[in-house]
Amino acid sequence: MIEQAPALIVVIPLISALFITIIGLYQPRVSWLLTIITFALSSIFAFICLKQVVTVGPISYVFGNWPAPFGIEYAIDHLNALIVLMICVVAFLVAIYSKHDIIKELGDKIPHFYSLFTLLVTGLLGITLTGDAFNLYVLLEISALTSYALLALSGGRAYIATFNYLIMGTIGACFYLLGVGYLLINTGSLNMADISVILSSNTYSYTVLVAFLFIMIGMWTKMALFPLHSWLPNAYTYAPTSTSCLLAPLMTKVSVYVMLRMMTSVFNYDYIFNVLQWQHIIVALAVIAILAGSVLALRQDNLKRMLTYLIVAEIGYMVGGAWLGNANGFTGASYHIIADGFMTLCLFLAIGCIIYKVGDASLSSMKGIFTKMPITMVGFLIGAFSMIGIPPTCGFFSKWYLISGAYEASAWAFLVALLISSLVNAVLFFRIIEVGYFQALPSEEPNHHHPKITRDEAPLTMLIPLLTTAGLLIGIGLYTADIVTYLIHPFIKNFL
Amino acid sequence: MQTMTSFLPASIVLVSFIGSVFVFFTKKNENLREAWTFITAAINIVLLFKMAKWVLAGNTFTYHIAEVLPGLPLFFKVDGFGMLFAFVAGSLWVVTSLYSIGYMRPLKEHAQTRYFACFALAISATMGVAFSGNVLTMYLFYEILSLSTYPLVTHHQDAEARGGGRKYLTFLLTTSIGFALPAMIITYLNTGTLTFSNAGIFTQAIDPTLLIVLLLLFIFGFAKSGMMPFHVWLPGAMVVPTPVSALLHAVAVVKVGVFCVLRILTGVFGIDLLSSTPLSTIVCVIASITVIVSSLIALTQDNLKRRLAFSTVGQLSYIVLGAGIATSFGVVGSMTHIAMHAFGKITLFFCAGAIFVATGKKYISQMVGIGKQMPVTMIAFLIGSMSVIGLPLTGGIISKWYMVLGAMDSGRLWILIIYLISSLLNAAYFFPIVYNAFFCKEEDSQFPNKIKEAPLAALLPPVITAIGTVILFIYPELFLNFAKIAVGVSK
Amino acid sequence: MEFIINYYNYIIVVIIMMLGLWGMLALSNLVKKLISMAIFQTGIILFYISMGAKKGASIPIIKQAYDEHHHPIHQTINNMDYANPLTQILMLTAIVVGVATLGLGLALTQRVYSEHKSLHEDEILETLS
Repeated sequence: MIEQAPALIVVIPLISALFITIIGLYQPRVSWLLTIITFALSSIFAFICLKQVVTVGPISYVFGNWPAPFGIEYAIDHLNALIVLMICVVAFLVAIYSKHDIIKELGDKIPHFYSLFTLLVTGLLGITLTGDAFNLYVLLEISALTSYALLALSGGRAYIATFNYLIMGTIGACFYLLGVGYLLINTGSLNMADISVILSSNTYSYTVLVAFLFIMIGMWTKMALFPLHSWLPNAYTYAPTSTSCLLAPLMTKVSVYVMLRMMTSVFNYDYIFNVLQWQHIIVALAVIAILAGSVLALRQDNLKRMLTYLIVAEIGYMVGGAWLGNANGFTGASYHIIADGFMTLCLFLAIGCIIYKVGDASLSSMKGIFTKMPITMVGFLIGAFSMIGIPPTCGFFSKWYLISGAYEASAWAFLVALLISSLVNAVLFFRIIEVGYFQALPSEEPNHHHPKITRDEAPLTMLIPLLTTAGLLIGIGLYTADIVTYLIHPFIKNFL
Repeated sequence: MQTMTSFLPASIVLVSFIGSVFVFFTKKNENLREAWTFITAAINIVLLFKMAKWVLAGNTFTYHIAEVLPGLPLFFKVDGFGMLFAFVAGSLWVVTSLYSIGYMRPLKEHAQTRYFACFALAISATMGVAFSGNVLTMYLFYEILSLSTYPLVTHHQDAEARGGGRKYLTFLLTTSIGFALPAMIITYLNTGTLTFSNAGIFTQAIDPTLLIVLLLLFIFGFAKSGMMPFHVWLPGAMVVPTPVSALLHAVAVVKVGVFCVLRILTGVFGIDLLSSTPLSTIVCVIASITVIVSSLIALTQDNLKRRLAFSTVGQLSYIVLGAGIATSFGVVGSMTHIAMHAFGKITLFFCAGAIFVATGKKYISQMVGIGKQMPVTMIAFLIGSMSVIGLPLTGGIISKWYMVLGAMDSGRLWILIIYLISSLLNAAYFFPIVYNAFFCKEEDSQFPNKIKEAPLAALLPPVITAIGTVILFIYPELFLNFAKIAVGVSK
Repeated sequence: MEFIINYYNYIIVVIIMMLGLWGMLALSNLVKKLISMAIFQTGIILFYISMGAKKGASIPIIKQAYDEHHHPIHQTINNMDYANPLTQILMLTAIVVGVATLGLGLALTQRVYSEHKSLHEDEILETLS
């Protein structure tokens, strides 16, 4: 059983998606429970894998006993074991969270939602684990197709937003596929480890360059790196709350991971930074992404929309960190995948609670929110502090590594952009806190006695995941040293 | 010199934290709620005394909290300077709490529970700063303090409080994230450690320009110390209830700022490095400018609390100046001045609050003749201002004395002149208040009708702290010894 | 010129793909966007197939020859006689994915039309504001 764990992580949700659909048709409420059990199991297996990777070293799992260059291999190393665990935990928390929200927002589509949900996460888990470049494309499309369906579930404006996402997402995936085609021409292999070996023994030709370019552009489209970000804000804003809670932390982060994977385990790190030497351009792009994301976020009145622009800025963090070309920068980027995943989750969960109770997420609807929903706001505050980078939340430590990397690489623009973005985040969140904390000012409402605000919290199934995530933010922060020493550094040692 | 691993420092931080939780959950019963504050404060004092003996013998306590970054843990290390500051904060917390009750209850302030809970949280963070063993730990508690005092600064929840709070956080967060954070990271990358040590941590040769940049980033990064031009938040935060001003300007916030700057100067750069390079002069010049300019501004203020605020800005720079001289005596003086100024300034704020509670007046021009109506308050005010100016019979002169000694040691006469001018300016903005309060003509008095002193709970604290100031003159060793231990000067 | 003759299949593929990409980004009718998407994906499929194709090669199915006693004859297999099966297999999967995407896209288009009563991007934007 234990040696099958890498496959089980993915297979369990895949099979249970089927059962959720079938059973859900007769017993819609059971599908919620099934989803939770599924991801609890997946989390356990992901944790087993993580433990094994730490104690024994990277795992290679071959499907159907076909050896690696021919069959499909799941390659689990230190970094993706961690990311897989994150995906499972996020899915688990969102699954619990979605119970009441889905009943309220989607009504009779409960089983559809949960089977799509499970399939989506299957795709994401597969992307992270697979060691086969083409298999990755298929899983990428599985998660993309299910995400289109999930995003469009709420109807109305979501349709056109999802349509645009579909077009952009397909372009991204197709570019990736093209890149893999060029790699296939050059190496005749699809297994990532195999490609890497063949590439490093050959001299680098234009074919490799084109392959790398296509794969990168494909991934940047998928992860919404500025200026390829336009699809993201609309798609996530108009989606049902639970969908955006699931997609916002995971989709873009997994694409970032694929970028890291391509840079390190497929193409040679030395090739990218010493032969191509694009790092200055890409870091400059990242700087623009951070600044643009922050500025655009400042202009939003809808909180959900504001958060989507923050995602765009955070993508800049990770892309910039990965392209600094030193250990600290790369550590920052990898650590930030985890940190940002949970930070985004925490904030989206909190906003979801507010939407559930208040009905919308505009800035003005936050009046008196501290009195009305104090527990939700505790979660929100911790998420906000993490975004700003207040220790001991994990946002601080990713910033620590990114700034270290920027300083070592003398990337001053990136360093300043990181600091500015922290400050903009502070402004953004304190604007919300101000509205929530200060009651309506007398000058705004003359002669009007505003009604007494009473406490009215979201249900427990929503609050518990929120508070767990908030706790995780601090917990991950306090265990940064362990995560970095036992998981990220062993991974980096392979190529730096 | 021994080091003992002990939970004591962590327990002091925890006790105040737990206290704030208890306060929060006993909001129904006012007396019980306030009881928690006093119980935790009393436990704190007991624990502090338990630690004092060991520290006075020249030893230190350490406690390892967590290894958050590889090779860079969060940990407490208690030395003389930390103990000195913890004693100041711990003892004044009791007095301030007593005063808060006397101030808040008669005025029927809203959200008193939140007020007392945040107050305890702020003290917890202050203790954390005092016991920090490295820059990272200090930064952590520094940020927690900024955030936990925000609800205090904006206590009134009106437009004015919103403006003040906005200014408060803008300045504190911008500087700490924009300056202190990169400075900390760059220091770590260059030295491989952030642990405070009296010898300084820049042991290898390092680019002198980088050192200057780091110094400036650190000094302005901890903007709670109110160095110009990042002092703006301080008078801006005057909209708060007076006990909070007392906390902000005398005990926790600004003192944490100078404490951090002093720690950076003595523990990161080290006195030797400062005095052997131009860094010392740079610190002195920046601090001197702030001392003089803020005193001049204070002269022009009519709002009593604003005048006190600018006086605070000046006095904080005094402390930084003392450390900037980079001689043992200068540093001892500036460390002691944290305590002396705290007692003096808190007395002044208490008096300002007592006047407000009794008469509702905020402006100095309205206080002519008040001395005859509220003699106790105004005598306390006199003692407090004497201490801030640095006159005999109050503790203020002791620390000033050491700083002057330090300045003479370093052979920089212009610093002596700065001290002289600023003392004169201090006298110039304090004495007219006292003089007019007592010796005005009958027809000039703003108080034709008889008024009473403030209620006992608001009157007692300034009297206690005023007596404290005098006691500190007679027994300065209370704090002086800690400072000497910290710097390594023999008693 | 020689370059064109040697690589004519790739050049055609590139032209097809660029047409599709241009259509996806530039055309404002949603259905036309989807058609362009299909063209783009077809371009990629052709790209893969032509990379695996060989002159004079047949489909990659090996015919087993038997002697008169119906025993299999051991035969040497010449790589150049068969097209590369891998690319064809891959494209089977890609076609499935493409069909699914197209189907989903059309379903979405239908919903967009019933929501906004238009398939023109600019007109939809007007109804939104």
